[in-house]
Amino acid sequence: MLTIQDLHVFHGPIEAVHGISLEVEKGKCISLLGPNGAGKTSTISAITGIARSTGLIRFEGRDLSRESVEARIAAGIAVSPEGRRIFSNLTVLENLTLGAALQKDAVEKAKDTDHWFSLFPILAERRDQSAGTLSGGEQQMLAIARALMARPKILLLDEPSLGLAPKIVRQIFDLIADLKARGMTILLVEQNATQALKLADYAYLMSSGRIVAHGTADDLGKSDKLMAELTGVA
Amino acid sequence: MEYIVQQVLNALSFGAEYALLALGLAIVFSIMGLVNFAHGEIIAVGGYTMVAFASLAIGNPMIVMAGAVLAAMLASLTLERVAFRPVRKADPTTGLLTAFGVSIVLQNLFLLFVSPRPIAVTSLYFLDWSIEIAGIRLASLQVFETLTTIIVIIALMLFLRRTVLGLAVRAASLDFEMVRLTGIRANRVFAIAFLISGLLAGLACIFIMARRGSVDPHLGFEPVLKAFVACVVGGFGSLPGAVLGGFLLGAVEVAMLVMLPQSLGGMTDAFVFMIVAMILIWRPDGILSPAVEKGDKL
Repeated sequence: MLTIQDLHVFHGPIEAVHGISLEVEKGKCISLLGPNGAGKTSTISAITGIARSTGLIRFEGRDLSRESVEARIAAGIAVSPEGRRIFSNLTVLENLTLGAALQKDAVEKAKDTDHWFSLFPILAERRDQSAGTLSGGEQQMLAIARALMARPKILLLDEPSLGLAPKIVRQIFDLIADLKARGMTILLVEQNATQALKLADYAYLMSSGRIVAHGTADDLGKSDKLMAELTGVA
Repeated sequence: MEYIVQQVLNALSFGAEYALLALGLAIVFSIMGLVNFAHGEIIAVGGYTMVAFASLAIGNPMIVMAGAVLAAMLASLTLERVAFRPVRKADPTTGLLTAFGVSIVLQNLFLLFVSPRPIAVTSLYFLDWSIEIAGIRLASLQVFETLTTIIVIIALMLFLRRTVLGLAVRAASLDFEMVRLTGIRANRVFAIAFLISGLLAGLACIFIMARRGSVDPHLGFEPVLKAFVACVVGGFGSLPGAVLGGFLLGAVEVAMLVMLPQSLGGMTDAFVFMIVAMILIWRPDGILSPAVEKGDKL
């Protein structure tokens, strides 16, 4: 579904990712693991078109490498970004409405809103509340729900557990497992390798802008390289 | 009683004009971080459009007013496309200098190709007559101006709260990149902000022209300066702040005009700005400034 070949990502003159390749198959959950500064978020930014990049980004057979951010989103890519980036000056419902900005049919939009509110009951309770007043976990749920409102073909989740209490992290991963069970294609970027590998069908380990290991979750989970990269202990 | 009502209405109409203009500045600033000092020239474009209609012997006030507003909207859109879009990703200082540059270029174009002298516009005199409400005589222009501003603020509020594009404009003031990640085209959000800004300038132009009765190349300078002050007082980047700042500035101006002795009549602006300075000592970022993470600077 999503093929990335020889991707180089740049932040100004600095090259953050050095020629990585990866593949995400339809209906699978693929995890991108690695420590801080490994280039995981840069990879997500390149897929969405926010960061400048070279290399091939092919989505459902279509080359998106030179397409605008908006065209990539319209093609069916949605992102729940690192740090959540919910619109704190808007209500929960307004955030979701913006998530479905490309959905022209008001009836369908209302159906989607009801659907995701049923999956995220806490958001339904706070629908008219300013999003900035939500807790960290609720904001993460909102960021995911906002992305899902676009009816994406692939969901990019960037560090969904970042900064959350362990209990909330479990809830978020249960939610991602639920989405996976519903057939959603997911590219999950995480530092929390233990949780991510429980969900992932396949995983890539990044370090210093390169993929240093990849394999099934089982294989990678047993690899010494994973612990070495994530903990810095060889 | 009539005197008090008249002064309240004065304050409301002054404030309404400042609020209209301040909203025009604030909506662009909230998205681009740009103080569009060429906003005054957009008002002047509206004024010169009225002159053009007069020279074509089109005197129907509805056509003249609609034409002026449309011209201001078109001018605002054109400036966004030609002058501000190329510097959108540049440093805020570049945007500010561009705005000053555009303002100077337009003023000189008016000077060179129209006239350096004021040109009378008489088609709006019909807006100004004396009306009597509950036994109190009031100036109709002030009533129209206040009502128009209230209607515009309500309409703008509905647009910003009830439409996807309006929500995008509000969201963009916080995180423009994230708005793009919802699939909304960046150019549409900027264009709609400048279009609204032009609409507000056009409406303000009608009332400025009805009061002044003439247009010159520097028509917009003073109103925009006042609108800038209103934005600063209300909190730059906050749309409710712009409205509050506008009405507050109007109220302070009228209060100074009424309260200062005649011998200090020429010092009105000095007293007004002294009060503005005191407000800024109390709230340095403006009364309703959006919350900003200050980090280690505090």
